[in-house]
Amino acid sequence: MFDNIKILYHQGKQFIPDTANAKVPGIFRGRPVISTEKVNEKELLELCPVDAISVNPVSIDLGKCTFCGECAMRFPKKIKFTTDYKISTNERERLIVKEGDDRAIEVNPETVREEIHRVFGRSLKLRQISAGGDNSCEWELGAANNVQFDMSRFGIEFVASPRHADGIVITGPITENMAIPVQICYDAVPEPKIIVLAGTDAISGGIHADSPAVDRSFLDKYHIDLYIPGNPTHPLTIINGLVDLTRKRKK
Amino acid sequence: MMNYLSIKNNQTVLLSEIPELVYNEFLSLNTGFLEGTPARHCVNYFGYQNKNGLKLICCIADDSLHEIFISSSLAKTSDKLDSFSAINLNFEKFEREIHENFGLGYTNHPWLKPVRFSQNRADLSKTIANYPFFAIDSDELHEVAVGPIHAGVIEPGHFRFICNGEQILHLEIQLGFQHRGIERQFLEKKKLSQLTTLAESITGDTVVGHTTAFSQVWESLCGIKVDRDIEYARTLALEMERMAIHTGDLSAVCTDIAYQLGSSVFGRLRTPLINFMQEWGGNRLSKGLIRPGWNKFPFTPELAKRLADVLNIFEPDFDEMNEQLFQLPSALSRFERTGVVSHEDVLSIGTVGMAARMSGLNRDIRTSHPYCLYRELEHEPIIKHHGDVYSRVQIRRKEVKQSMEQVRKLLSNVPDFRTGTLKSGNPKPNAFTLSLVEGWRGEICHCAITGEKGELALYKIKDPSFHNWLALALAVRNNEISDFPICNKSFNLSYSGHDL
Repeated sequence: MFDNIKILYHQGKQFIPDTANAKVPGIFRGRPVISTEKVNEKELLELCPVDAISVNPVSIDLGKCTFCGECAMRFPKKIKFTTDYKISTNERERLIVKEGDDRAIEVNPETVREEIHRVFGRSLKLRQISAGGDNSCEWELGAANNVQFDMSRFGIEFVASPRHADGIVITGPITENMAIPVQICYDAVPEPKIIVLAGTDAISGGIHADSPAVDRSFLDKYHIDLYIPGNPTHPLTIINGLVDLTRKRKK
Repeated sequence: MMNYLSIKNNQTVLLSEIPELVYNEFLSLNTGFLEGTPARHCVNYFGYQNKNGLKLICCIADDSLHEIFISSSLAKTSDKLDSFSAINLNFEKFEREIHENFGLGYTNHPWLKPVRFSQNRADLSKTIANYPFFAIDSDELHEVAVGPIHAGVIEPGHFRFICNGEQILHLEIQLGFQHRGIERQFLEKKKLSQLTTLAESITGDTVVGHTTAFSQVWESLCGIKVDRDIEYARTLALEMERMAIHTGDLSAVCTDIAYQLGSSVFGRLRTPLINFMQEWGGNRLSKGLIRPGWNKFPFTPELAKRLADVLNIFEPDFDEMNEQLFQLPSALSRFERTGVVSHEDVLSIGTVGMAARMSGLNRDIRTSHPYCLYRELEHEPIIKHHGDVYSRVQIRRKEVKQSMEQVRKLLSNVPDFRTGTLKSGNPKPNAFTLSLVEGWRGEICHCAITGEKGELALYKIKDPSFHNWLALALAVRNNEISDFPICNKSFNLSYSGHDL
């Protein structure tokens, strides 16, 4: 008993009080900023392993980016990855960061489905489906609910059955072998329900986008409510994305 | 002339140097290698189509000689051959994979079932929805089906239990749901950055392990000799990965015995370790850190000081929590004699890494086929003998401490680094390379074969889970089904690494 209290005392304060403004340690690669400086565009395009970079204007699609940071290392005056982890959004095109654009990436409450705020504004239960995910985003989704990030303080939790869920969170590029289970799981969630894509693989297929073992047809059928980019997604990106999706009010 | 070729870890040889035997000789050579010799085990056995037919290549590692014996044979996919597995179960899954991918038949394989329903399998009429489960026709027994999607936030796989009341008689594990076609993508993608990204995505919990294996294969094929600073960074990152995952798994084991304090404390203790990886390379799970021929994020003396501080703060909290956990009767009663796999069983099915060392089988690539800086670290594997959850949990605890010691040894001598030096080259044509790395789960094996122009003609990946899933199925026999989660977490095997 006293030993347990001692252990508890030794942990100190672990939780992050303000998940929207906490600083992440080190050289975390979050939202990139692209300057208007001229660079060798052919070389820039060649650097990217997943064709996340486009030119005219130069832009990076965070739905495809693996955040390896090699473009920024080669062209440090052109591309800089900031530590801004708030990069989740409900609009796919907002994930494309263009040169000269230093705006925050945000959930736009004007385009969030009307019932989400009303029904899920105080409590959101999610079913996680790993569909070819490599267990990195899965680790981070789990970490989002550890004692430090403590996502459940916002009433957001993962549940063990689609029948208890308000939506699904997909990780991974959706393999052919998981295509049917994904559909069955989604169908089992009662209406109204949301779909969240977590991580580069889920949003665009990532490095596996053109693999014949991947079947992404499920995503063509439904509206995606939230994109949480990252490779893997950072717990703070996950928490801020889900909180903003369900609570941010229209102006 | 020798009927096999003996190579060292990370050695490149010409494909033509590997002796090609008639199948019966190939069979008796390789099964003979393993007979009565626990120091030898099959690290890879695979087939690929060349212009003459289906080439089979078998790689047997000898841990006491520190060598790997390579031999080959030529078959036709329409053949029906005697199986290695009928003599030694070490080969069981490799033969199933060859059968699944190419349709090669076996006359006497004991369990010729699908492995992962790969996209390029020989028989497309076999689909993941109709896996042929073992069944018992009985009114007294019942079956429990779990998955593919699990209750927690983990990867998919299907578990089919046959139970007598609460007691598990048999478990069959069906995998393949995570199959992304990684080996095929290795041949289709041409940029080195793409191949490295693929290696990082084999399994996201062993990014350093798999990317180090790929880097070693690539450097060996291209004849690149890397500097000490690169080997240093890899050794350090491998041990950090081991510490972080073992700590996280101790948390998971505590969760499954409903021990809230251990679950929370170990869970939060993992954070400073992976946050340090973010300080070093910008990513908590080390993606983007390891690159062939390139020290992308040099390990500076400032980082060394920082890491020493992180470990000094981590260690007393880690020790205190362990002391409490390991004297708690309610925890020990769940760990001890639960999920036992005997020494005979781990030897016969050929488990690797922690799943071998838990039951007195000394398998650790860091000692047996050293790479990076492991030769000078003089690593001594931690061996336990009971093969139960308790042994696996003890190994986690002790390996965290051991890795910490190794990391501190490394920190006392940080090498100079050369920024920006990127060594590149072209892979040697018609060559074969094999790389072994001890990831936190155990032995990772990557093999590559190049074609006429040095292009990759084959890339074979073997995650330790490929061997170890069967150990989990054996571990739960005669246990209560309520002990399945804790057995599962004590192994924590990879789905994506198995399914590729």
